[in-house]
Amino acid sequence: MTATVDKKRTAGFRSRWAAMPKQVRWAAIAALIVLLYILPNKWFYEYLGFPIGSDYFAFYTTRSDFAGVLFDTAVFVLLAVGLNVVVGFAGLLDLGYFGFYALGAYTVALLTSPESRFGTNWPWLAAVPLAVMVAMVSGVILGGPTLRLRGDYLAIVTLGFAEMIRLYAARNEGVLQGQRGIPAIPHPPGTGSDGKPLFGVVDARPYYWLMLTLILIVLLLVRNLANSRVGRAWVAIREDEDAAEIMGVPTFKYKLWAFAIGAAVAGLTGAVFAGKQTFINSDQFVLESSILVLAAVILGGAGNIKGAIVGGAVTWYLPEWLRGIGDLLGVEFDAAEYRILVFGLVVIVMMIFRPQGLVPNRRRAAEFADRRKEAVPQETVPNE
Amino acid sequence: MNFDELFGNFPALTITGLEQGAIYALIALGYTLVYGVLRLINFAHSEVFMVGTFTAMWTWQALGYDQNAAAPSLGPLILALIAGLVVAMAASALTAVTVELVAYRPLRRRNAPPLAFLITAIGASFVLAESFGIGTRRAPFGQADLIPSKTVFTLFGAEVTNKQLLILGVTLVMMVALDQFVNRSRLGRGIRAVAQDADTAALMGVNKNRVILLVFVLGGLMAGVGALLWDIRFNYTKFNVGFLIGLKAFAAAVLGGIGNLRGALLGGLLLGVVENYASGLFGGEWKDFTGFVLLIVLLMFRPTGLLGESLGRARA
Repeated sequence: MTATVDKKRTAGFRSRWAAMPKQVRWAAIAALIVLLYILPNKWFYEYLGFPIGSDYFAFYTTRSDFAGVLFDTAVFVLLAVGLNVVVGFAGLLDLGYFGFYALGAYTVALLTSPESRFGTNWPWLAAVPLAVMVAMVSGVILGGPTLRLRGDYLAIVTLGFAEMIRLYAARNEGVLQGQRGIPAIPHPPGTGSDGKPLFGVVDARPYYWLMLTLILIVLLLVRNLANSRVGRAWVAIREDEDAAEIMGVPTFKYKLWAFAIGAAVAGLTGAVFAGKQTFINSDQFVLESSILVLAAVILGGAGNIKGAIVGGAVTWYLPEWLRGIGDLLGVEFDAAEYRILVFGLVVIVMMIFRPQGLVPNRRRAAEFADRRKEAVPQETVPNE
Repeated sequence: MNFDELFGNFPALTITGLEQGAIYALIALGYTLVYGVLRLINFAHSEVFMVGTFTAMWTWQALGYDQNAAAPSLGPLILALIAGLVVAMAASALTAVTVELVAYRPLRRRNAPPLAFLITAIGASFVLAESFGIGTRRAPFGQADLIPSKTVFTLFGAEVTNKQLLILGVTLVMMVALDQFVNRSRLGRGIRAVAQDADTAALMGVNKNRVILLVFVLGGLMAGVGALLWDIRFNYTKFNVGFLIGLKAFAAAVLGGIGNLRGALLGGLLLGVVENYASGLFGGEWKDFTGFVLLIVLLMFRPTGLLGESLGRARA
């Protein structure tokens, strides 16, 4: 069966990786991180011998600004890492993840923009912690009544929540200013070596670097959390909530924690997004995005942080890249138009044939294989 | 807060509320049936409804009633309505069955965890909505008014139109028919048996997969009727029309007690009316929030809904 085949294939790489000396592993990871930081630089491609704009088949996007695409991809990766805590670790289905992202973005916008009705004019940096707090608190408020119930109610309530946030933003002319949106949100602070502001309008690279740094920090935190008492409690809840409760795990508390931490990461991402965009309106927080983030987590492999990173990168970067490839081949093909359709299909197919994802979490893959084995006798029932 | 608006128009708000609530109730039935048997929120059900709204309108356009057509006389009108009804019901039921066969059944065979079902459901919902979105270039799809609105009588100062009577009448008829089917017929007994205890029902010779298929068909048929009524009421549809109404219908199903057929009717009508009162009280832009707020408050205080949860316990 597929599970055993996977084991053989990935076990080779895994055991070889684990058998390498610690220094080599650290050096490889460091090299990868450095590569990610120099990715958006033009001189890097000139150095490699295929400068941007040439006809070579390469991994940069030709249709849209590559640094911008990298920033958006990083946004998606961070969202996927956050949602992975909720869906992958604790096994709670949050369908309105973008709602918290919107909350973070709007909090920053309202507090910092001179155009907002609040008139507080805070600097961007001061508003970020508050945005994270607002997202987290709203996560607790939303999770409080629903997490005590069966898991499927959470799905529909979060789905409704995200849509209500968008509807409220679209219709509320007073505070959130509807589709006109809130302009003039300040950029993050900082001055470059040439005296100009570090975070400008044209160059998306600093934002990408900022996002990358945030991803690394969140990764470290989440990884440590997953290996701690809290992480073990999440896994126990995901595998069997009743058994976990009986063994003395306060399930409600830990579920609420997972939900709130996921919301906080989304709020943080939204805050950075608002700082780059300088303008937000209700159209930027459509529900489809929540589903794309979920697709990213499922595709990559729920419960595995590496999987979430891979999934986030694939769901955003691949369609943008394909647009450029269509140009190269001379076909007019807007891959972004079909993004939701394709990833919707991907989710269905993955759930049936490879529910553990591209980069599976070992324990979760075993769970699926176990359940599948239990189901085998049923298939021989004659009236199937 | 505008109390004058609420109390001044109380009868009118009630009537239009019931009219909208009837459509919610028909869709809520689909959620309730599937939930009662499978314990699954079928997110794709809102798209089952959406497919119905499109196919009914396409049928009418094929019959020659497009955007600029004059309203037909009684004979052709009845013919058009019946043709639209049959096509919408068939298309919706077919969509529901396809989703079950393609997405859910393979998961059941693999004994997938509940989370996998929910994720697949939302995936199926988006695949359906997006394929219609791409197919129709995301443009709204309109239709000339088939039945010109005419006031039939006034009740406490509120005008009751022929359309409202038609919508409420059709809903009640469908509701009674479904209720009798589930409670009286042999197939209905099978549904109740599987809802009560799937394993025992299988031991007693009930074919579980056939019952599940039947439940999807019934839900699809009801959604098709709801779709036709929606078309008559609004003369408009769009690829994402199902989303909000699906959310409200689910709230209605939970309100009445999910898994309870009569609860779905009660919840739907109640939600429609409460929604209208809220829009009278707070202003129209708050209307769509009512269902959601009601859902959260209900989950806090009475998560089993007004009439209790079980489809298995619903007896004649």
